[in-house]
Amino acid sequence: MVAATAALALSVTAACGGGGGTDSSNGGAKNAQNAALTGVLNASDKKGGTLELWSSQDVDSLDPARGYYAFVWNLNRLYTRTLVAYDAKPGADGMKLVPDLAGAEGVLSNDGKTYTYTLRDGLKFDDGTPITSKDVKYGIERIFAQDVVPGGPVYLMEQLDQGQKYEGPYKDSDPNKLGLKSVLTPDDKTIVFNLAAPYADFPYLLAMPGAGPVPVARDTGAQYGSKPAASGPYKIESYEPGKIIKWTRNEFWDATTDPLRKALPDAINMTITTNADDMDQRLMAGTADLDAAQTGVQAAARTKILQDETLKANSDTPTTGFIRYAAMSTAVAPFDNIDCRKAVILASDPTSLQTARGGPVAGGDIGVNMLPPNIPGSEPAYDPYGRAQGKPQVDAAKAALAACGKPEGFSTVIAVRNNKPAEVKTAEALQAALKAVNIDAKIDQIDGAQASSLQGAPDNVHAKGYGLIISGWAADYPSGAGYLQPLVDSRYILKNGNFNFAEIKDPSIDALFDQAKTVDPAAAAALYTQINHKVMEGAYILPFVTDKALNYRNPRLTNVYIHQFWGMYDFQALGVSS
Amino acid sequence: MVSGPGASLSEESTHDVADPAEGGVNSTTGKAIEGRSLRQIAWRRFKRDRVATAGGAFVGFLVLVAIFATPIVSLIGHPIDAFNNDLIDPTLGLPLGSFGGISGEHWLGVEPTSGRDVFSRIIFGAQTSIFVAFLAALVSTILGAILGLAAGFMGGWVDAVVSRIMDFLLAFPQLLFSIALVSVLPDSFFGLDGRLSRMAVLIGVIGFFGWPYIGRIVRGQVLSLREREFIEASRSLGARTGRILFRELLPNLAAPILVYTTLIIPTNIITEASLSFLGVGIEAPNPSWGGMLYDAKSYYQSDPTYMIIPGVCIFITVLAFNLFGDGLRDALDPKAH
Repeated sequence: MVAATAALALSVTAACGGGGGTDSSNGGAKNAQNAALTGVLNASDKKGGTLELWSSQDVDSLDPARGYYAFVWNLNRLYTRTLVAYDAKPGADGMKLVPDLAGAEGVLSNDGKTYTYTLRDGLKFDDGTPITSKDVKYGIERIFAQDVVPGGPVYLMEQLDQGQKYEGPYKDSDPNKLGLKSVLTPDDKTIVFNLAAPYADFPYLLAMPGAGPVPVARDTGAQYGSKPAASGPYKIESYEPGKIIKWTRNEFWDATTDPLRKALPDAINMTITTNADDMDQRLMAGTADLDAAQTGVQAAARTKILQDETLKANSDTPTTGFIRYAAMSTAVAPFDNIDCRKAVILASDPTSLQTARGGPVAGGDIGVNMLPPNIPGSEPAYDPYGRAQGKPQVDAAKAALAACGKPEGFSTVIAVRNNKPAEVKTAEALQAALKAVNIDAKIDQIDGAQASSLQGAPDNVHAKGYGLIISGWAADYPSGAGYLQPLVDSRYILKNGNFNFAEIKDPSIDALFDQAKTVDPAAAAALYTQINHKVMEGAYILPFVTDKALNYRNPRLTNVYIHQFWGMYDFQALGVSS
Repeated sequence: MVSGPGASLSEESTHDVADPAEGGVNSTTGKAIEGRSLRQIAWRRFKRDRVATAGGAFVGFLVLVAIFATPIVSLIGHPIDAFNNDLIDPTLGLPLGSFGGISGEHWLGVEPTSGRDVFSRIIFGAQTSIFVAFLAALVSTILGAILGLAAGFMGGWVDAVVSRIMDFLLAFPQLLFSIALVSVLPDSFFGLDGRLSRMAVLIGVIGFFGWPYIGRIVRGQVLSLREREFIEASRSLGARTGRILFRELLPNLAAPILVYTTLIIPTNIITEASLSFLGVGIEAPNPSWGGMLYDAKSYYQSDPTYMIIPGVCIFITVLAFNLFGDGLRDALDPKAH
């Protein structure tokens, strides 16, 4: 699961410094930095105009089953509807799933193993054909065809295959290409999911764009992303990779069937540029509306915005849901010893790592544990290694080194992706701090595009002696399992594309994940808290920061708010005033 | 250009052919007329060129700084990788104080974000730049002299092959090739790691692409020299090819080779800086001027000092080498204008 996606902001607003000052969350928020975090700015119902999005990064794919970047999921809200979707509201309300294609929440039966959804009336694709439950099933089946349409998340595959070894609709012998047994479509309005075991997070999987409807007649396999069928208010008019994506209205979309979407602009463009600094200039000059990638402005623009009160008022610093961290590989000596791992955590300099990520406002808060704020069960105040005070603890680190049997220090290697300048800077900061306790860390800059086979292949990690692996992670859906399981569950250690970099093999952690799946969300949250504690007590991972991004919004935008699930503006809600 | 066997700059030179102008000036002073070697004459001419001597002095200074970078920094600077959080504004990541945090403690200020001492990093950056530029120039010169000699002297198919290779290399997109090569090579090889292996790669790449410039000049010189009487004479006396090449021809080529080597060095400095700027030079956290410039481009408005310092260093160094090279050419070869 690529570190590309999702999630959450919330209570951080207070910690953001200058969080608006007003309490107006009733749609009349005043323009100020972070005003869009808590309320809707420039609330309006005025239609028309063209929304000009820009991005320094092209989409990975417009095929709903293949996109995995967080901003692409957000863009999918323009043209892909799902059975359930994150509510179109600022603040914590946005974390809730509401019915979208479905007319109501799923009906649970069979001891929590069967979900039944009924579609609304009058749903149509952009060619006028009605959207049926079979289109939804077909869309989900496409995820199984990882040989033809790879790239997206495969959670649904894990839940729905149930030993069938279904190979996707392209190799399906069923005449209607609907051979997946665990999903039933008794009529055109009804879809039934039969799970092998109760799974409380299942609706979150149905909210991913890959669970959207795809009409079999218009599926072009690997090429589907160039012209996907639209179920939302906009359809893709044209897509020139690396240049521009244009959306126009889907005239068959009916607002009465869609309580979520406003569909204000007549057209939406996303211009792709290779020059991020130029894009920032355009944003500040008002010729571009938003950076679609929403990963924050470049350093040059950052200084400008933070020093100018007018510009600053047009910016927000949402928490992105990412934690930036260094994992310590327990299979590489001396990190098989917990005290050597503790020594690294204690010797690291929280402030220089934070500054390397962009400082407290634009970079993020000092990371103290491994659950980001607002994943249920997170404890922002849980700081077992005293990192929040901001200084390295050299004496404690030296004591830990002595306990580890390496009082004179040791040598290790830091593996860092070379295409992430901020990660390289954190590697340098970590290296400098470790030098103070005689830990000699060599920085190995690996090819960022090959990270999954360099950092993510344990064999390579052992061979190269990567003791410290720098990375970042955000959840695909807002639950402790969606965030932590790929990072710390021993069953998620993969030969390739591994994200359990530390190779944590703790049966008690694995058992807690299994237990959490079967209980209600509140009880599960308490279990995820426990897992977080176990991970921190084991000193497997050194958190740098809980990430923030400084994003600029054009003051001409209407209906602006940060959607907490993405930590980005809710693209589908935006309108333009002039 | 340089003429005849007597024009040799080598130690064995016996013919004291004075430049007519020099001789004229001296004879009017009334002092005892003394024979001077070409080398002495060139040195006198060079000394009179103030600009060139200033350039030369600066080059000498830089070489000393590069050689003694480690003791200099440990005596009067700070470690190149020591972070100083207290000198940085945490919100903006900029150095506290004006002009990039210049102070009595940090003479050239500190780096944004990390607070590392810029002075120490400039000194170590000089070491990288100077070493890479000199050694790459040496590689170019040796390759260029040998292949140019061979092509010019042997003629025929050797000349054809070497000349085509030179044309090919001169037309080759050197920067693109270097980027591709440097990014596929491993971080450590031949027992060299990190910084040294990268320097070796840079020296190899820059040196290899630089030799045709020297090679073409050497070949041209050899083509005209090999028809001269002194070559004919030694050939008729039975001299072997090796002797003719290295004892007769090469000394006559010393002046142009020296001049062009000096002029290749500043080009190499710029190439090294460009590669570091493009991210394929020396790897972090080791400093290089080009890498610092690249880093500084994010701060060109908020902390211009940080961009100006490495920029000025590159500018002055390249200027000094060019002035020195020009002066050297004027001194060794007054007719070549």
